[in-house]
Amino acid sequence: MSLKVFDGFKFAKLPTPIHMMDPRAKFTMTMGLFVAALLFSNIYALIVIFLVQLPIVYAAKTWKKWAASMRAGLLLAVLIFAMNFVFGSTLVFSAAMTLRFISLMSAFSLFFMTTSPDDLGLALEQAHVPYTLSFTFTTAVRLVPTMALDAQTVIDAQRSRGLELDKGNFMKRIRNYIPILIPLIVSAIRRSIELAEALESRGFGASPNRQPLIVLRMKFTDYFVVAVTILLEALAVYVYLYVPLPSPNIPITMPKIFPWL
Amino acid sequence: MIRTEGLKFSYPSASEVLRGIDLTIGDEEFVAIMGENGAGKTTLVKTFNGLLLPTSGRVTVDGVNTRESSVAQLSRDVGLVFQNPDHQLFSETVREELAFSLRNFGYGEDTIDRRVTSILETLDLSRYADSSPFVLSGGERKRVALAAVLVWNPKHIILDEPTIGQDYQQKDRLRNFILQLNTQGKTVITITHDVEFVAECKPRLILLSKGLVIGDGPAEDILSDEQLIEKASLARPQIGALMHELRDLGLSDRVIDVYSAEQAILGALGRRR
Repeated sequence: MSLKVFDGFKFAKLPTPIHMMDPRAKFTMTMGLFVAALLFSNIYALIVIFLVQLPIVYAAKTWKKWAASMRAGLLLAVLIFAMNFVFGSTLVFSAAMTLRFISLMSAFSLFFMTTSPDDLGLALEQAHVPYTLSFTFTTAVRLVPTMALDAQTVIDAQRSRGLELDKGNFMKRIRNYIPILIPLIVSAIRRSIELAEALESRGFGASPNRQPLIVLRMKFTDYFVVAVTILLEALAVYVYLYVPLPSPNIPITMPKIFPWL
Repeated sequence: MIRTEGLKFSYPSASEVLRGIDLTIGDEEFVAIMGENGAGKTTLVKTFNGLLLPTSGRVTVDGVNTRESSVAQLSRDVGLVFQNPDHQLFSETVREELAFSLRNFGYGEDTIDRRVTSILETLDLSRYADSSPFVLSGGERKRVALAAVLVWNPKHIILDEPTIGQDYQQKDRLRNFILQLNTQGKTVITITHDVEFVAECKPRLILLSKGLVIGDGPAEDILSDEQLIEKASLARPQIGALMHELRDLGLSDRVIDVYSAEQAILGALGRRR
């Protein structure tokens, strides 16, 4: 089931250097990968961006979950490839766009797998993001696994009423998801209202000045990671602007099926 | 007939939830399943319509192995009503909500109309036919969810915690309705934590604990067994507790419902009504 994709974004506490890194350093690293992946549409560059992540995944000891989330994203990756190719892109460009998606997914999966929502909230607070905002964000992250569980229950309930998700043509299959999405959205809204009421009953926001119990401190390795990220990013921008990258010349495209495009 | 043989089930990346269950639930039986939270009750019933397939062992419904059939096919005979109605209501009107499964099963519009109207009446929902299911109260939504399954008239009906969120009168009605379904020839399997509900219905009671069946028999026997009650995190029903306290007077503590208790007490007092 496609819900496995959420597993790849679930935090699990492990004693690895990646897990123990300051969330801000990790966020810088993720953003570095994010910007680089969006910057380039050259396939060699995107291959490098993808490969760079592998040692980090290895160091974080999250191979299995990472691989599972990659497998779960496969369908979307295939769709992106097919869409690009069908609508007139070359084989190489379609592959590059797919690789961009995979790299982005991998980077964010890595970040969320190794950063606890608590750390994330602390980092946001210390970056002077208003507490209500950082709280909203961490709660949203925290609720993802719950939502995934809900989604599974909704799917089970509707299948028990004779719904067959993978039946029918393409449009019918998309429509099949309406009975899944509506209960999911409705129960998410209900839950958020309940949560808000419960929070207010417990005095949320009563005192404007919050004193954090734990203060995050960047260590030497954290500064080092940030410095390396900035350096590599600068290098990437330089390459993007001034170095003409080679591209494999495989001029295969689909025959035009939509002549107006 | 629903039969499980050596049924084991574990979710991926979790320990075994069902650890070898052998059960036979005959046609037209009325069964309650009780047990502590996490005992595997919901997991067990999800194997009855093929939503979950055994990791080992097998489940057969009227002789058909659930492995060899689809959920949609099995659901025609096994109607499973989920605990939380919010996990399944999605239509603009209650009428449409009830028609959903009938459309899935390929019924014609005439039949759909007839069946929906009839079930709306049966479950006291007619006045909400054209309302959105989302504006109804919790108890009403629960009845809509029940109606949404009963509408296709499955042979075996499974209810996951049907009494939650129902006021006393609705609960009474629900009990009568369930008993009525059973006398009409349906197999009724209900998961519940409500000992009073079970005491008044007196079904066959199956106790689950940590993925195993630890008790199976008439509700009177199970709910008066000190050890089983303890093991399954239950409590005696109030009447049962009272009769237990009064056992020194020579009263049987296997009595758990009001009517039988009345008979027993009057009998002990040497009077008859």
